[in-house]
Amino acid sequence: MADHTEVDNVTGTATTGHAWDGIKELNTPLPRWWVITFYITIVWAIGYWIVYPAWPTISSNTAGLFGYSSRADVAVELANLEKIRGAKMVALATASLADIEKDPAMLALARAKGKTVFGDNCAACHGTGAAGAKGFPNLNDDDWLWGGSLEQIQQTLLYGVRSGHAKAREGQMLAFGKDGVLKPAEIVTVANYVRELAGLPTRPGYDAKAGAKVFAENCVACHGDNAKGNPDVGAPNLTDKIWLYGSEEATLIETITNGRAGVMPAWEGRLDPVTIKAMAVYVHSLGGGK
Amino acid sequence: MSASSTKSMTIGESGLSLTFAVTAFLCVFAAAKALDTAFAFHASLAAAASAASVFFILNRYFERGELPPQEINGRPNYNLGPIKFSSFMAMFWGIAGFAVGLIIASQLAWPALNFDLPWTSFGRLRPLHTSAVIFAFGGNVLLATSFYVVQRTSRVRLAGDLAPWFVVVGYNFFILIAGTGYLLGVTEGKEYAEPEWYSDLWLTIVWVVYLLVFLTTVIKRKEPHIFVANWFYLAFIVTIAVLHLGNNPALPVSFFGSKSYVAWGGVQDAMFQWWYGHNAVGFFLTAGFLAIMYYFIPKRAERPIYSYRLSIIHFWALIFLYIWAGPHHLHYTALPDWTQTLGMTFSIMLWMPSWGGMINGLMTLSGAWDKLRTDPVLRMLVVSVAFYGMSTFEGPMMSIKVVNSLSHYTDWTIGHVHSGALGWVGFVSFGALYCLVPWIWNRKGLYSLKLVNWHFWTATLGIVLYISAMWVSGILQGLMWRSYTALGFLEYSFIETVEAMHPFYIIRAAGGALFLIGSLIMAYNLWMTVRVGEEEVQSPVALQPAE
Repeated sequence: MADHTEVDNVTGTATTGHAWDGIKELNTPLPRWWVITFYITIVWAIGYWIVYPAWPTISSNTAGLFGYSSRADVAVELANLEKIRGAKMVALATASLADIEKDPAMLALARAKGKTVFGDNCAACHGTGAAGAKGFPNLNDDDWLWGGSLEQIQQTLLYGVRSGHAKAREGQMLAFGKDGVLKPAEIVTVANYVRELAGLPTRPGYDAKAGAKVFAENCVACHGDNAKGNPDVGAPNLTDKIWLYGSEEATLIETITNGRAGVMPAWEGRLDPVTIKAMAVYVHSLGGGK
Repeated sequence: MSASSTKSMTIGESGLSLTFAVTAFLCVFAAAKALDTAFAFHASLAAAASAASVFFILNRYFERGELPPQEINGRPNYNLGPIKFSSFMAMFWGIAGFAVGLIIASQLAWPALNFDLPWTSFGRLRPLHTSAVIFAFGGNVLLATSFYVVQRTSRVRLAGDLAPWFVVVGYNFFILIAGTGYLLGVTEGKEYAEPEWYSDLWLTIVWVVYLLVFLTTVIKRKEPHIFVANWFYLAFIVTIAVLHLGNNPALPVSFFGSKSYVAWGGVQDAMFQWWYGHNAVGFFLTAGFLAIMYYFIPKRAERPIYSYRLSIIHFWALIFLYIWAGPHHLHYTALPDWTQTLGMTFSIMLWMPSWGGMINGLMTLSGAWDKLRTDPVLRMLVVSVAFYGMSTFEGPMMSIKVVNSLSHYTDWTIGHVHSGALGWVGFVSFGALYCLVPWIWNRKGLYSLKLVNWHFWTATLGIVLYISAMWVSGILQGLMWRSYTALGFLEYSFIETVEAMHPFYIIRAAGGALFLIGSLIMAYNLWMTVRVGEEEVQSPVALQPAE
């Protein structure tokens, strides 16, 4: 085909003499930089094969000059971790909750571990900053449904709330409306009474005396005479500004009508005891621990 | 065939209609015995499609005169019907695939868009998106262009009479079965190879026929040499067949049910999967589309290909090196260290062979660079090559283990894939379709070059938004994941890294929306080209170059 070759007048390069559907090809030599770079990558690859495990043999593989293995790398990293916190973790496992809070180094370790575990297990409901959401308590404040001491927090973590665990924290807000205990009008009245207790404005013309009567007959058993709540049954304090489901009249009516029974899972068996201990310390240290 | 004067059924016509009649019967039987609704649905679809095929084959036989001649007045009588069909399907699936991509990108930014329904959940829509854009859009572009290019550059009519139609319609039926399967929860769970055993078997049959049609056309060519694009098409067809067979051996739980179990297990399965997965990129999305580049860029620029020697060297280097690179998807896993080493080093050596294609594409423009100002179609083709160069540099870089330890499992990978998919595969396909549609429908030119310009800029802006958002979010993600406190605990919980991605996911979805809008402009432009475009005065046959 050489007889068909012609010189392209733009580049001054000869064509190969072939044409397909009008497409011709120049016979340009390989770009030098391209060839050199290609060779460099090949030389580099051969060098890498000499240094690292690379080619399979009949029953094994070439080991490389320094016997590298990624498993050995992991072992080194784990050993470094052991150096940083190994002894402290052992101490953490045996120390009591009170002792951990007294020792600054152990406290720092427990909080660091607790934070990590919190992010992967608790943040889905309580939020990454533990600020909670509707139905999921804020853990930064000093208002605790089931008590805010280290031991109480640990117990909640271990067994959960209405979790189905035999030792779970039980107790629920009854459905006074749905179960026919209170009439709709009484529910509106007592909802306004609760708002008054919390220092919130009430509906015009609401009967405070009637509200107090309904409250005394139905609510004090759990929430107490002074409506300050009772951590033994998880009954919240109704006189403060902190509301798990909301303090609007409509929300209170909904709560009193249908009841509430939020669930927190039991972590015993899912997380090891030291981890739960660290989490208790972490949650306790968020700002509101008692 | 054309010589016989009395009309009789060809072996293809009688054989195929008989086969489809039997298949229709078998599929009705399978639908009745089906163990799950998805299988019953698919068997019914197959029965209906088989019955329709029998009807169309017989109807065509009774309507037709003689079979179309191989040549008219000594010039090849090119077979354009299957190419028109595939071009149309490419545009259809492209828009569908981009739209589903936009939906899942939005789901990642706003999870409520999953609607809590199984059929619309991210897990089912994601393979629908990837298969629709890669195999449905990309696949139809490859079918259309390969059937066109192999005819024109071999100067013969496409081999077979019904066979090319069997390939294009059969392939799209595979897409239909695979896609509806994903929505119904039918999947093998292997990335880019999700279709279940019966779809895989059907694809195998279609693909073998595709190989035969292509190969026979090349063999009966009237040109002394095989054109470079046809080497790449052939490498693509042959290797995809090997990959498909290697990755998909599976044992069905029942021949009347959709579920099967893959033969490979554990790390061997992972290795097979990524040997397949990476070479689907290498041979489907690279070799096939390089073939498109090698025909459409010189044709559109009206310039000779820059270097014949480079095309030979980079072709063989690419073919030889690509097939080893798969293990770089499995760095720092249970895959043995030596295998990871080979995957990484071969990826590095692959850099220059990949760039050989880029050099040949870009340098073919020498002497025609001024055309970029006036021809947005050529600009699209050239920018696609630039994106090809960029992602084939980024790829080897990401295969280096230390880089990979940061980039792996992050959005950086998604960004990398999309600079290749949107920038390279998307743009080279758009450019090819803009050339091809006026040629095969015998039009003087496109309906509007201005609209091509609008498409170009909308889509380019979309790509830039997409990939820069994914770079930032990917690197941020990688850095957050590997950040430790002094006590050796992770600095960030996973959910914190997810929250940090939110703004980038919105930018990514915006980029995807722009890309989709661009493709809608394109569809309108092509539609108007076919409908109202001015006819070329000469017949396409007479357009043959004289030599």
